[in-house]
Amino acid sequence: MKLTKTLLATTALTVSAGAVAAQEMADSMTLVSWGGAYQNSQQQAYVVPYLEMHPEVSVTWDESSNEAVAKLRAMNEAGNITWDLVDVVAADAIRLCDEGLAMEYDPEDLLAEGDDGTSAEDDFGDLIVSDCFIPQIVYSTTFGYRTDMVPEGVEPPSDICDVWDLETYPGKRSLEKRPINNMEWALLCDGVAKEDVYDVLETEEGQDQALAKLDEIKDDVIWWSAGADTPQLLADGEVFMGSTYNGRLFSLIEEQDQPVGMMWDAQVFDLDGWIIPEGLGDAELARVKDFVKFATDTQRLADQAAYISYGPARDSSAPLVGQHAELGIDMAPHMPTDPDNSQNTFVYNYEFWADYRDDIDAKFQSWLAQ
Amino acid sequence: MSDAVVITETRTLPYSFTLPVIGAAGAFFGIFVGAAQGSTLMGIIGGAVICAAIAWLALQVFGTDQEKTFRWAIVAVAAVAGFLLGGLPGLVVGALFGWFIGWFTYWIGRSRYRAFLPPYLTGGQVLWHYSFRVLCGAIFVFLITPILVVMPLSFNAENFFTFTPEMLSFDPEGYSLRHYRDFFTSNDWQQALWNSVKIAPMATLLAVSFGTLAAIGLSSEHVPFRRAIMAILISPMIVPLIISAAGMYFFYSRIGLQGTYLGVVLAHAALGIPFVIITVTATLVGFDRSLTRAAANLGADPITTFFRVQMPLILPGVISGGLFAFITSFDEVVVVIFVGSANQQTLPWQMFTGLREQISPTILAVATILVAISIALLSTVEILRRRSEKMRGMSPS
Repeated sequence: MKLTKTLLATTALTVSAGAVAAQEMADSMTLVSWGGAYQNSQQQAYVVPYLEMHPEVSVTWDESSNEAVAKLRAMNEAGNITWDLVDVVAADAIRLCDEGLAMEYDPEDLLAEGDDGTSAEDDFGDLIVSDCFIPQIVYSTTFGYRTDMVPEGVEPPSDICDVWDLETYPGKRSLEKRPINNMEWALLCDGVAKEDVYDVLETEEGQDQALAKLDEIKDDVIWWSAGADTPQLLADGEVFMGSTYNGRLFSLIEEQDQPVGMMWDAQVFDLDGWIIPEGLGDAELARVKDFVKFATDTQRLADQAAYISYGPARDSSAPLVGQHAELGIDMAPHMPTDPDNSQNTFVYNYEFWADYRDDIDAKFQSWLAQ
Repeated sequence: MSDAVVITETRTLPYSFTLPVIGAAGAFFGIFVGAAQGSTLMGIIGGAVICAAIAWLALQVFGTDQEKTFRWAIVAVAAVAGFLLGGLPGLVVGALFGWFIGWFTYWIGRSRYRAFLPPYLTGGQVLWHYSFRVLCGAIFVFLITPILVVMPLSFNAENFFTFTPEMLSFDPEGYSLRHYRDFFTSNDWQQALWNSVKIAPMATLLAVSFGTLAAIGLSSEHVPFRRAIMAILISPMIVPLIISAAGMYFFYSRIGLQGTYLGVVLAHAALGIPFVIITVTATLVGFDRSLTRAAANLGADPITTFFRVQMPLILPGVISGGLFAFITSFDEVVVVIFVGSANQQTLPWQMFTGLREQISPTILAVATILVAISIALLSTVEILRRRSEKMRGMSPS
């Protein structure tokens, strides 16, 4: 409460409060993110308004989220932390927290309460999957397909198992070059019930079953490793359908006007958010805390959805989601969390993959090489 | 063909040789046309027959008197046929094909391919003479194609690495300068360009000064362990870059240089020094030591001797080494990712992240600009090298 008041005071009395803040807070921040449209959404929704309130602060972006874990390890070893706030996916946040490279925080203290009065802890709910993880958005990995390559007289694909149906939907598929998601989808289409997927995947036979299912389409798969690959392959007409992040598909369809359709079935939800690196100086930490409190409040997370089709991590932000900043279309129907889109969803199991990732990765890679 | 340099008289060869050879060439081109139209076999046969017919027409009916008319006619017919098959691009390809086959028919049929060769060569030797050249051309194409593909794609009107149907039909709508505009207006790219422009010249300056001094020192015979020192100095060229980069990262972190402008400049200078040492050492081989003794004899001190006598003579080597050092720094991505921080993000770094996160043709526009700069710099090196060769030719050795 006290901190909220301080924040309000800062907003109201920019000049005097800014001057006071400058004495105890660092006036530059290095934020680490993914680049592209996603980083732009953060820039527009959080950073630009924050800098208007605090003109003395300068922000530098580092587009290194992809190798954040490795770089934070190296920084820690060299004793030279140059990042102030790092955007990572939830799985990486869990790893960094376990290794002591990310700072644990208290949600009630660090995060603002929802504008409807809910406490931060309740507002973010289950999405705080690790003591170090400050959730921002919910995104999903799902499929897009070329609408002009759907054979004549056939309904466009709407079921995850259509990925395996090479007869009805001939053409290449692009899948991510890692077992996560692909193994789950394969089991779902091999008759395993949704709630049993991870139980089956725990066993050797279950893993073999998933790989055997993937074998059916292996010859027609192009494997991708960067989020930009599938949009490029779809735009080229090189693949008929492919998996990627839903925001990339939104941009491909709505912003770039490509003949591509969304297939939301069995989309896999995942989270992305901030971590504060362990070992920041006092002044840097004070600045980052101030920024995080602002950047994760209800309005800011809702604003972000005007630039990219990822769902805000706060429950209280959902009703505030408006229109796309440039296209002026309603963003709600493009959110992975929209009721129409989330009729059949799959939630990525962090604990399972934390335990089994190395084993299944090795198995998957050797299967790929066969 | 000009008559002045003809060594061997040309004559019309028998059809038993001419028709199969030209037919084979036609069959080769027919493969592409046939494959595009759905039947490779028909393409091969059709190509062979058509080209053999052209050859017979050319040599039998029109002859050399009406060569010009006939060749233009073929170009026109092929262009029209190409247009009917493939629109505007087909027209261009067809015209080129017509030009080639017309030239090739007379070249083979009138045995002009022997015109510039000594008359005593056997058929096999003549064949090898030309296959060698074709082979060299093929290797050249293999090396240069990836760069050439990038250039037209950078004028793409779409936001993807794709030759759109509009581009392939030479529709002006399919082309645009938007990716160049993006490069010149985007803050990220301009910051990156500015960083590169700030880092590369400083790194070059350091590399050139240290490298030249090292090369001069190492070329005098009384320095002990010359070879060992030389090997250490040029080791950044041999050690895998990633190893140097990781080592520099930890070392620079400890002494507070990591993430600073000076750190990146020093790291790039270390990478550039080997190039300067090698080029300057090579120039020094042709440098006549008696000139320095003569200068000393005339009363010049070593520093005056260096600047007035030695430096002007080894300057071409110094400059070309400096250019290599500059390009190294300008193109370098691994070390800067380790040693630099987001504030020192250079062009190659920006391209690297852009390529991974956002496959945007802006990268191709930047690549095209960089290729143009590299070509300009390397041409300068080549011109300097020739000049230095000439100068070395004049100096007594």
